[in-house]
Amino acid sequence: MDVKLGELPNWAATRDFTPNGILSAVRRGHDRFYNKYINVKRGGIGGVAMLLTGYVVLSYIWEYDHIKHDRWRKYH
Amino acid sequence: MILSFFDQFMSPTHLGIPLIALALSLPWVLIPTPTNRWLNNRLLTLQGWFINRFTQQLMLPINLGGHKWAVLLTALMLLLITLNLLGLLPYTFTPTTQLSLNMGLAVPLWLATVIIGMRNQPTAALGHLLPEGTPVPLIPVLIIIETISLFIRPLALGVRLTANLTAGHLLIQLIATAAFMLLPMMHAVAILTSTVLFLLTLLKVAVAMIQAYVFVLLLSLYLQENV
Repeated sequence: MDVKLGELPNWAATRDFTPNGILSAVRRGHDRFYNKYINVKRGGIGGVAMLLTGYVVLSYIWEYDHIKHDRWRKYH
Repeated sequence: MILSFFDQFMSPTHLGIPLIALALSLPWVLIPTPTNRWLNNRLLTLQGWFINRFTQQLMLPINLGGHKWAVLLTALMLLLITLNLLGLLPYTFTPTTQLSLNMGLAVPLWLATVIIGMRNQPTAALGHLLPEGTPVPLIPVLIIIETISLFIRPLALGVRLTANLTAGHLLIQLIATAAFMLLPMMHAVAILTSTVLFLLTLLKVAVAMIQAYVFVLLLSLYLQENV
């Protein structure tokens, strides 16, 4: 992206946050990822693997509140 | 008693948003839509080949009236396979372990096959309740038995999927905990347990795929009888 880190708040203010805007942003992000990693002539396992790893990481973040108790417990 | 083993099946929420909606929409992201191109990327080609073969195999025994169901059954199969296989990744949530979801899939579809049969060919549909060649004295009992078996089908469909997936998840968690705890103490036993864990994971992968297949196959069978 061509936005510098210092300009980030200003740039974020110019973005479209309506539902339509968010939807089109998701669509654009998806298309960028798909066309770069999956929609290539000799794609391998990498494209799908990145998606799945991202999903695992996201699931861990979502479950962290629940899992942290298991780690701190003395008797399971 | 350790009650925390069942916590993995709780429907996750984050900041009040039920995450099951996100987990259910993930297969949509992973299965790309076909394009008009002649040569597609590898993922799309594989997917197209798989879907075509599956639909062809599924629709073989069903006569023409049932071919309307081809899209629905194939979509259902894809959804179940993706959901089941995604649930095998660490820390993920499998929506198909929730009985509510499986019953919600099983009951309407089964009911649709029954209603279609009753509307289009009521005599033949009712005739399924009595197998051919039964001795005359057995007829009343058998009709009751066949009616019960007809009504238990949606229950069986939903519970089968739930139970198989839940049992697999639980087993993996239990044996993984055992192997992890045994690792610092008895190394040989830990290696044995790890082998069992590995084999179990393979089994789970197979079960995940087979269960989806069985679900759809049985549904198509019910359709075949009734259409």
